[in-house]
Amino acid sequence: MKPASFGYVRADSLDEALGVLGNEGAEARVLAGGQSFMAMLNMRLARPRVIIDIMRVPALAELAQRKDELVVGAGVRQARLLAMPGLERTLPLVAQALPFTGHVQTRSRGTVCGSIAHADPSAELPLCLVALKGHVHLRAAKSRRKVAAAEFFTGMMATAKADDEMIEAVSFPVANGEGTAFREIARRHGDFAIVACAALVSDHGIRLAVGGVADTAVARDWPHLEGTALDDALNAFAYELDARDDVHASARYRRELVRRIGRSTIEEAARCRA
Amino acid sequence: MPRLSADARHLVAFTLNGRPVKGLASPRILLSDFLRHEIGATGTHVGCEHGVCGACTIEVDGMLTRACLTLAVQVDGSTLRTVEGLAPAPDRLSILQAAFRRHHALQCGFCTAGILMSLDAFLRETPEPDEAQVRDLLSGHLCRCTGYTPIVRAALEAAADLRKTTRETAHA
Repeated sequence: MKPASFGYVRADSLDEALGVLGNEGAEARVLAGGQSFMAMLNMRLARPRVIIDIMRVPALAELAQRKDELVVGAGVRQARLLAMPGLERTLPLVAQALPFTGHVQTRSRGTVCGSIAHADPSAELPLCLVALKGHVHLRAAKSRRKVAAAEFFTGMMATAKADDEMIEAVSFPVANGEGTAFREIARRHGDFAIVACAALVSDHGIRLAVGGVADTAVARDWPHLEGTALDDALNAFAYELDARDDVHASARYRRELVRRIGRSTIEEAARCRA
Repeated sequence: MPRLSADARHLVAFTLNGRPVKGLASPRILLSDFLRHEIGATGTHVGCEHGVCGACTIEVDGMLTRACLTLAVQVDGSTLRTVEGLAPAPDRLSILQAAFRRHHALQCGFCTAGILMSLDAFLRETPEPDEAQVRDLLSGHLCRCTGYTPIVRAALEAAADLRKTTRETAHA
């Protein structure tokens, strides 16, 4: 499995990258850590004419808290975010979920924004971004916009990003006293999740986001339900996600996981808050 | 801003196990193939070519890296370590390699180069690992011969041996 032929541009600045992207449009693709995109190239699921390597753009290496958001630039590797001092207080959900993203050997190179751009429905980082109501910061040569996570992911590996745009950064709202928990079921640790759950429990109620079932991560908000009322809500949610049978698991098994793992994740988040 | 055309071959130069090396690569050439075919460093093995099996794992600028998910042109100017750089001399094994040999931590050896590179980097950062940490690291590699248990034993013993060596050096 070798990639088809392409030209290669190593951008030294964001403007250079955006200039090439503006000229080439859909024929160009951005390469960051490469842990998803290089596999797509090798399998020839992607055949761009030009690749724009952005990993030597200094401005994209930003990892900083701005007001009540943690901004993660497009050049920030997953290992760097995981090693950030105080991550378990700033973004406890991400600190819990990130060890499930790939393996040590892929987190060392793979970027946070790259996983968001790839938009795999079972990936942990898109799930966290949806659960936490984060934003994607998109840039083109002559425009910039900030898109809410729920609007950014439009389908399986499909996003609201236009051909001449790239992700400049993503931002996660920092923790504000809510309890959080993350759980997933996969065949092996680090494999793609069959079902992944992220729960937040706060004064306002319960928020549960589920990945691996629908075409994108999907979140629901409930008041503080307990007992059979919570079971009923989870059951309705499991059916609304419209699970399908595939080689990894049946639709029925996925619904059962949403009910059971969803409940245990919510309970763990509630305990964290208490 | 370097722009490399798809059809031409471009000079790629980097440091490999302490020695400067260079060769020519078109942009589509994977680092795994460049190391083996252009440089002639065949210690790095190529398994799945989509980042899953871990056989091609090497170190690039201190980061564990799947060579099959990296373009040769990306590492121009970088510092690389591969399995050829582990042994202290041609007739001596490193502490980790010797532990692999004692514990039969390989059979066919296809996955071994990548696993050694992962463990070498891991043991430097985690000198006192427990079994769960070693197994978490090994989840990034596929081995179809050993069942992993001898690899875990070799890694834990190598960690203990390396701690002894460091202490003795410190006291000397």
